[in-house]
Amino acid sequence: MDIIFEAKHITKRFAAHTALNRVSITVPRNSIFGLLGPNGAGKTTLIRIINQITGPDEGSLFFDGEALKPHHIYNIGYLPEERGLYKKMKVGEQALYLARLKGLSKHDAMSKLRYWFGKFEIQAWWNRKVEELSKGMQQKVQFIVTILHEPRLLIFDEPFSGFDPINVNLVKEEILNLRDKGATIIFSTHNMASVEELCDYITLINRSEKILEGSVRDVKNTYKSNIYEVSGQQFSGAWDSVLPGSMIPVRTSTDDNMHKAAIRLSGNAGPNDLLAALLPHMEIHALNEVIPTMNEIFITTVGQDSRETKTEEVQA
Amino acid sequence: MNKTSLIIRREYLTRVRKRSFIIMTILGPLLMAAIMIVPIYVSQLSGEEKKIAVLDETGLFYHRFTDTENMKFSHVYGALDTEKAQFRAQEYYALLYVPKTELSVPNGAFLYSDKQPNINVKTYIQDVMKKEIETLKLQASGIDQDILESVKTKVSLVTIKLDDGGKEEKSYTELSMVIGLFSGILIYFFIFLFGSQVMRGVIEEKTNRIVEVIVSSVKPFQLMLGKIIGIALVGLTQFGLWVILTFGIVTAFQSAYADKIDAAKAKEMLMKQAAPMGTQAADTQEAVTEDNGVGEVFAAIQSVNFLLIIGSFLFFFLGGYLLYAALFAAIGAAVDNEADTQQFMLPVTVPLILAIVMGQFVINNPEGPASFWFSIIPFTSPIIMMIRIPFGVPLTDLILSMALLVLGFLATTWFAAKIYRTGILMYGKKVDYKELWKWIRY
Repeated sequence: MDIIFEAKHITKRFAAHTALNRVSITVPRNSIFGLLGPNGAGKTTLIRIINQITGPDEGSLFFDGEALKPHHIYNIGYLPEERGLYKKMKVGEQALYLARLKGLSKHDAMSKLRYWFGKFEIQAWWNRKVEELSKGMQQKVQFIVTILHEPRLLIFDEPFSGFDPINVNLVKEEILNLRDKGATIIFSTHNMASVEELCDYITLINRSEKILEGSVRDVKNTYKSNIYEVSGQQFSGAWDSVLPGSMIPVRTSTDDNMHKAAIRLSGNAGPNDLLAALLPHMEIHALNEVIPTMNEIFITTVGQDSRETKTEEVQA
Repeated sequence: MNKTSLIIRREYLTRVRKRSFIIMTILGPLLMAAIMIVPIYVSQLSGEEKKIAVLDETGLFYHRFTDTENMKFSHVYGALDTEKAQFRAQEYYALLYVPKTELSVPNGAFLYSDKQPNINVKTYIQDVMKKEIETLKLQASGIDQDILESVKTKVSLVTIKLDDGGKEEKSYTELSMVIGLFSGILIYFFIFLFGSQVMRGVIEEKTNRIVEVIVSSVKPFQLMLGKIIGIALVGLTQFGLWVILTFGIVTAFQSAYADKIDAAKAKEMLMKQAAPMGTQAADTQEAVTEDNGVGEVFAAIQSVNFLLIIGSFLFFFLGGYLLYAALFAAIGAAVDNEADTQQFMLPVTVPLILAIVMGQFVINNPEGPASFWFSIIPFTSPIIMMIRIPFGVPLTDLILSMALLVLGFLATTWFAAKIYRTGILMYGKKVDYKELWKWIRY
């Protein structure tokens, strides 16, 4: 796998607590990498370490195979969760300033800003003060400033907060566009639906430690419990009596002559066996595998991890 | 370094373009010029002539009240009640009534007026009466008028500064006091004004939540330094413009009214104006001018080593500002809003206020041990040293003070940077001194 960014055994301690405990992440090039975890898990600390805003106490970081150096910030774009602009400054002037801090020349910055302001339809706001802009409009400016210097690695911390649904879509499309053009994106959010939609890989951090990682597909496969949902009409008999012992109904319901059931398969039984068992008894309308949502996986793993830690604490 | 200059540029430009900066820049010199010009102008105006009726039952003050430019005295001889009733009608400003007393010399009088009498009128009458009564008393005790005249003496003490080479130079204590105190107060004022601008700038970046965006591009230290330097340049710009504009306005005024203003009198007024610490200095100054005229005033002004004073003013202004600005930046980083700054402001403002308070003692004894120590310690040296310099300071003291100030601001900047880099990314946490100590050690 082609790796653009790697963090190995990162530990960061603050006076009162350990924010990260030997956390490693591997970000494949040209992917969207979800960095997930509940509040206070250590995500923001890890992101700040990647951006070299703070340094780790232990561990090493690599950008594109090289040890992470200050000059790498020119190849990284960061949209923090706590973000804002100088309220009294004019929009264009401010965008130019932030772009130049990222190392762009005045000329380059101007031509790129012109392109992006046109694309996001905010040219008219160039000479307005930031305080006159709506929150969504400010977010657009911030998004543009983050990606303007065409970084190879982009880090978005809750990028959709403050956007209306139309702009969420606009930004989502831009994120996918950026990936298609070769950028890699680290994406941190609590919105599991957008993880599902965008992410190729995820890492889940809880209580300063990594508890889950992998491609979204692999993670989902690991967490699926071999349950199939079936629905059909003209069902005669009872689920228990119709199904063999290797197929256990976990949920059933009947609604207006539409019978539904979620059935866990065990042993060698597959969906075809389930179909074969049911065909003589009902007219089947649908059969599909129940795949856990990222939301469910998040809640399950974090919940489990927290319970385990608590038990450990009690035992200790 | 290139990025720091970008930050300096932004900090500078956003501030000098502000309306408040432009207004302050124009208003400052107007005020300064007004302070210098108005009293001179007013002193030139003859003012309304006031007629004062004197009803003297003792007869001791007959023609003792000599008329002045604004006051004309005339004696009336009616009964008190009649005079009281009609002095307004006769266009008198006031009625002075000296009652007959049993004693040989009176000790009081009454001044009737339909409004609060002018302080000048009051003091003038008091002065005349006091002198007259004193003379009367002395005469009563048998001292001859001629002896009295010969006792009145005027002393003018010319102080000469003798340097190592034996060169003599007239020294002008009063002028040194004025220049010293003025520079000291100006430095105090500038440190506070621009130091708190640094603090507000840091708080603004924190509350706007822009700080994390910026520190992902530059080091926190660069951001802090850029802000401090940018605001220092704003301060220097404002100061420069003030000096130029004030000078311009005063010059323009002088040339426009040159014919109307008696130059010597104007200079004298300027001296008095610039001597806020009391009549003592102004009186002596007056004595000097009276005795030696305009030439002496110019000599006094020329005796000042302006190059040294302006040079050291710039150094101590910048040094003092840098020392305190870093601390102000640290305070800004430690809090979430301006209301929370109080508890941390105290230790920063105490040395500054102490310096201004000490200034009054230093000015009376610029060579004393207190003056020495306060002008060496970096926290008070910018103000105290500036007060001492016009009196002449040994070169070793000056160099020691400057070196310690440089070390001092390097130390506070280092110390402040540690608080700053942790503080700017900390939200919603109530910070106390214990917490700050942790940040410094971290």
